[in-house]
Amino acid sequence: MSEKIATREAYGQTLAELAATDKNLVVLDADLSKSTKTCDFAKVCPERFIDVGIAEQNMITVSAGLATLGKHVFCSSFAIFAVGRAFEQIRNSIAYPQLPVTIAATHAGLTVGEDGATHQAIEDVAIMRAVPNMTVIVPADAEETRQAVRQLAEYPHPAYLRLGRLAVEQILPADYQFQIGKGTVLRDGNDAVIFACGLMLGKALQAAEQLAAEGINTAVVNMPTIKPLDSELVCRMAKQCGAAVTVEEHSIIGGLGSAVAETLTENCPIPLLRVGVNDQFGQSGKPDELLTEYGLTVENIAAKVKEAINRK
Amino acid sequence: MDTLELQAKAKELRQEIIKMITAAGSGHPGGSLSAADILTVLYFDKMNLRPEEPDWTGRDYFVLSKGHAAPAQYAALALRGYFPVEELTGLRKLHSRLQGHPVSSKVPGIDVSTGSLGQGVSVACGLAKGLKIDKLPNHVYTMLGDGECQEGQVWEALMFAAHYQLDNLTVIIDHNRLQIDGQVEKVMNIEPLDKKLDAFGFNVLLVNGHDIEAIQNAIDKAKACQGRPTAIIANTIKGRGVSFMENQAGWHGTAPKPEEAEQALQELA
Repeated sequence: MSEKIATREAYGQTLAELAATDKNLVVLDADLSKSTKTCDFAKVCPERFIDVGIAEQNMITVSAGLATLGKHVFCSSFAIFAVGRAFEQIRNSIAYPQLPVTIAATHAGLTVGEDGATHQAIEDVAIMRAVPNMTVIVPADAEETRQAVRQLAEYPHPAYLRLGRLAVEQILPADYQFQIGKGTVLRDGNDAVIFACGLMLGKALQAAEQLAAEGINTAVVNMPTIKPLDSELVCRMAKQCGAAVTVEEHSIIGGLGSAVAETLTENCPIPLLRVGVNDQFGQSGKPDELLTEYGLTVENIAAKVKEAINRK
Repeated sequence: MDTLELQAKAKELRQEIIKMITAAGSGHPGGSLSAADILTVLYFDKMNLRPEEPDWTGRDYFVLSKGHAAPAQYAALALRGYFPVEELTGLRKLHSRLQGHPVSSKVPGIDVSTGSLGQGVSVACGLAKGLKIDKLPNHVYTMLGDGECQEGQVWEALMFAAHYQLDNLTVIIDHNRLQIDGQVEKVMNIEPLDKKLDAFGFNVLLVNGHDIEAIQNAIDKAKACQGRPTAIIANTIKGRGVSFMENQAGWHGTAPKPEEAEQALQELA
């Protein structure tokens, strides 16, 4: 088993690496730099790191001013505060004028753990996906995060990068190439297809493995970009497999599941079931306990795949 | 331009404001008229600008945090030569680049999209901080409404400006004492505004916002101030220049009817 690294760790390390080569890079944080890992950038480049204090609305909007000057801006807080507290600032001051700011939000989803529901953003992707001009990316592991951060530093559009607190295994193969807007077939199959993102990708692959032992041939597709969705790939795999399941550490409302459902319904309707947080708040607990409590498990994914196949 | 010429220019601005809001059939005359003299001094005297080259890197920046006064900024830009004055009557119409609130990607001379109160001042802080990082001399101006100061984000931004010693930032408050629901002091009192700004670490200047020379002097003082940002509290009259609009909260967001516009333009002639 490979060393586990949280996507937030990979984010901070990559920013620090970019500091030397990208002189236009500016990073902001709202008093959480030790948790979001922007502290790694602050350490090597204090002159281009701005701590705004506990003031997320100001952070997002100051970012807009910096981007107006041509800076490459990353700003970070926990997902619940970046998206929740500062939604309208993101919408009106970043997305509407199409400024190249990446909102890199950490501690997304249930796996924040013991801090409980107030800190567990389960609707952030839904909110960001609804905003015009916004790109939404949910990396699955450290390497995918590193590649995403490097590409976003040069990306001329607003973007939301969703990162996690929990250390996760390296899931993607060594030669994996991340590309904004593209999904990747990690395992081919023809009985059903699982579309997954973030830390649930590993569980999706395990579920496919279990199903294979029962003779069910399940494809697994990594969908790091929730918007713009790789609709061409979604439809191609839907036609090939005839049944689909989406898997994400997010509410079943508005995230990857909704994005895939919208595309399938309009273009190539097939049975689809969604694994995610079932429209309810989280609670305190250890990350693994919470994933189990809310049905984000290998067993549940496998059961949903069988159910989807039965509906063909 | 000398003082008399600037006064005449401010009158022209007010005429264009009335004409374009009347043509649009909606908009915000009261706060546009109260801001007209200050915008005249900025656009026709104090700011470094190149209308023929709107993105000139040496320019000063102006952020209209009270974005609903867009007609005043559009009038200033058109009269300064950023786009044809005839375009002003397209205000608020379908496919016009003169949106109800300013959009940076559409209008030459508009650097920042505003309209949601409290945000422009933060964007101005970002501009000022970025210019400091690059050790550039450009100055950043932003104008807020007094009612806008009720937004919590304004105070987050002011804290930021003082903390990072943004002496390249001048915050102008158009203190016309009226907001949609009535008098600012009755809706939600913001006083003592000067003491609050002083306590937040600002160099605070009080000025008659309709006295061209006083505005010029205040801006000179603001630019000369080192180590901290300046706030200019400009005492103004909402609807200034049109007798029946002056000091009437009802003219915050109501367009004049054609006969009212005719009377207004006669008064401004």
